[in-house]
Amino acid sequence: MNRIASIFSQPGHVALMPYVTIGYPSIDATLKVVPLLESNGGDIVELGIPFSDPLADGATIQKSSFHALQKGVTLKLCLEVAKELRQKVSIPLVFLTYFNPVFSYGLEEFCIACAKSGIDGLIVPDLPPDESSELESITQKKGLDLIYLLAPTSTEERIRLVAERSRGFIYLVSVTGVTGVRERLPADLETFVARVRKIATQPLCVGFGISTPQQARQVARIADGVIVGSRIVQLMEPGDNFMSPVSNFIKGLRSALDEAPEG
Amino acid sequence: MLPNNRGYFGDYGGRFVPETLMPVLDELAAAYKEVKADDAFWAEFESLSRDYSGRPTPLYLAEGLSKHGGGARIFLKREDLAHTGAHKINNALGQGLLARRMGKQRIIAETGAGQHGVAAAAVCAMLGLECIIYMGEDDIRRQSLNVFRMKLMGAEVRSVSGGSRTLKDAINEAIRDWVTNPGDTHYLLGSVVGPYPYPPMVRDFQSVIGQETREQILDKLGRLPNYIIACVGGGSNAMGIFYPFLDDKDVALIGVEAAGRGLKTGKHAASLVAGGVGVLHGTKSYVLQDGNGQIREAHSISAGLDYPGVGPEHSYLKDTGRATYVAVSDEEALEGFQLLCRTEGIPPALEPAHVIFHAVRIAGSLNKEQIIVVNLSGRGDKDMDIVVEALEVKP
Repeated sequence: MNRIASIFSQPGHVALMPYVTIGYPSIDATLKVVPLLESNGGDIVELGIPFSDPLADGATIQKSSFHALQKGVTLKLCLEVAKELRQKVSIPLVFLTYFNPVFSYGLEEFCIACAKSGIDGLIVPDLPPDESSELESITQKKGLDLIYLLAPTSTEERIRLVAERSRGFIYLVSVTGVTGVRERLPADLETFVARVRKIATQPLCVGFGISTPQQARQVARIADGVIVGSRIVQLMEPGDNFMSPVSNFIKGLRSALDEAPEG
Repeated sequence: MLPNNRGYFGDYGGRFVPETLMPVLDELAAAYKEVKADDAFWAEFESLSRDYSGRPTPLYLAEGLSKHGGGARIFLKREDLAHTGAHKINNALGQGLLARRMGKQRIIAETGAGQHGVAAAAVCAMLGLECIIYMGEDDIRRQSLNVFRMKLMGAEVRSVSGGSRTLKDAINEAIRDWVTNPGDTHYLLGSVVGPYPYPPMVRDFQSVIGQETREQILDKLGRLPNYIIACVGGGSNAMGIFYPFLDDKDVALIGVEAAGRGLKTGKHAASLVAGGVGVLHGTKSYVLQDGNGQIREAHSISAGLDYPGVGPEHSYLKDTGRATYVAVSDEEALEGFQLLCRTEGIPPALEPAHVIFHAVRIAGSLNKEQIIVVNLSGRGDKDMDIVVEALEVKP
């Protein structure tokens, strides 16, 4: 069983999946925050590779990507950061990256480097299964999970497509929209998760717009994992001492998830 | 027939978008497929093209310009005379009619210099659709008159402050809006770029340019031209005039990109001539990017060519050799601009001013029996401030 599968094999455990942008506000911060996320109850960390044109992201993650790029963060550097983090943590690490940096690096070279750096999976938000056959077969050979996304607009046909091909888990985008903190969860989230659950056997993790323990608890009742991104990025603004705010935030989410299933 | 059913022209095209948009693109592709075979739709398109946009636009023998070139005869396809001052109206009209048929009341669009934004705003006003235009903060400042025109026609102009604050970022923001409002909104994309079905759909709406050119030149001369030349930013006016001639192998097709301050400076917008293959705004095509796969900023004196990508069908035409692509600098475009003013009394937009320069450059080595058609894609009124500044003249 690989690292991602073993997270979801714990009965009754809802996975907490924090996201950070690599190099925001600095490489040093990324190296410090990931062990902190692990020790406070994060199960899988999503490492965001900055891109010049992040069209699935809202203002917060856009800003963090832009900042990281200005500081000279490259795909190559991200791979080195992953390698260093792999020495410090034992939880699964997943890259979240737009397709062009990977395409430019070379699909095969990138996957080899990911495997060497201890990366467990890839999420590529602008690469639907319709376009990913090449990357899919390479990731499979290199033992990486290629994780696909589904959205509230996904038809039954598309849910089937993703259910056939997503490895590790399926990333459910909670809202029609971009990443970012939102006040409330959409009313039809439960129906959406149920629609996917009817077809897919993979663990279902919900992301986009989740930023409070209350929201996390709500999601935990219906899903196998909760993805939290923009709120953490907000806590890591340049100049902020993020260590204790981030660990308190993660602890809060963790305890919300742990008490959720009964509710 | 290209593209194939996955939206590919050879290796180029496709749909590299967030999952949320995939069903929406399926819906759009199905709706477009339906109207493509619907005579009533095209009858309305043609009727409005005639009475609203002022089509057909003339094909004009530019004797003064030809004489200056000293060789081939140069004809101008006068898209500058179309309503709102450029070819952009053709696509805006086609997609506006399609959106209305799909029951989408809310239209979003991006614009760089404002030409596509103005065309979209005009069509939305005419069809009674809500219109929101995304425009980079820097472009809003540079093109305040066009911003005013859009607002007069009832459009809301939203400033985009992310990234490079120009066209590329306006497209990102329009896509983000569409991801957020996929149900009631149609994204009226302004060029032959973006995910399938946009490249072939926009091409089809623009190919009225090439169809008219073909009829007009046959009518005038009883033969086809030797060369067709058009400028390429995203590439919609070029695809529009090239497409009906793709099978006429004796007609040479030339696309002119912006070399900006020179290809060697890196400050240009020549994706085909000096870029590499990548994925931008949902399509695989030639793009300007750095060694790490980050999209670079484009540079051109002409805002309409100032884009770091290009339509996937152009990438295919480049690789197959059916079309050739060259680059013309800011300085040369300004020369072309002044030349057409002086020899013909026609101020071209800075985009086709690039083409004027190249047409004259090759005309000299040809003889009078040879025919060049230049797609004069827009008029120059919008660029007067920029030209005044660049030439350091006192108006």
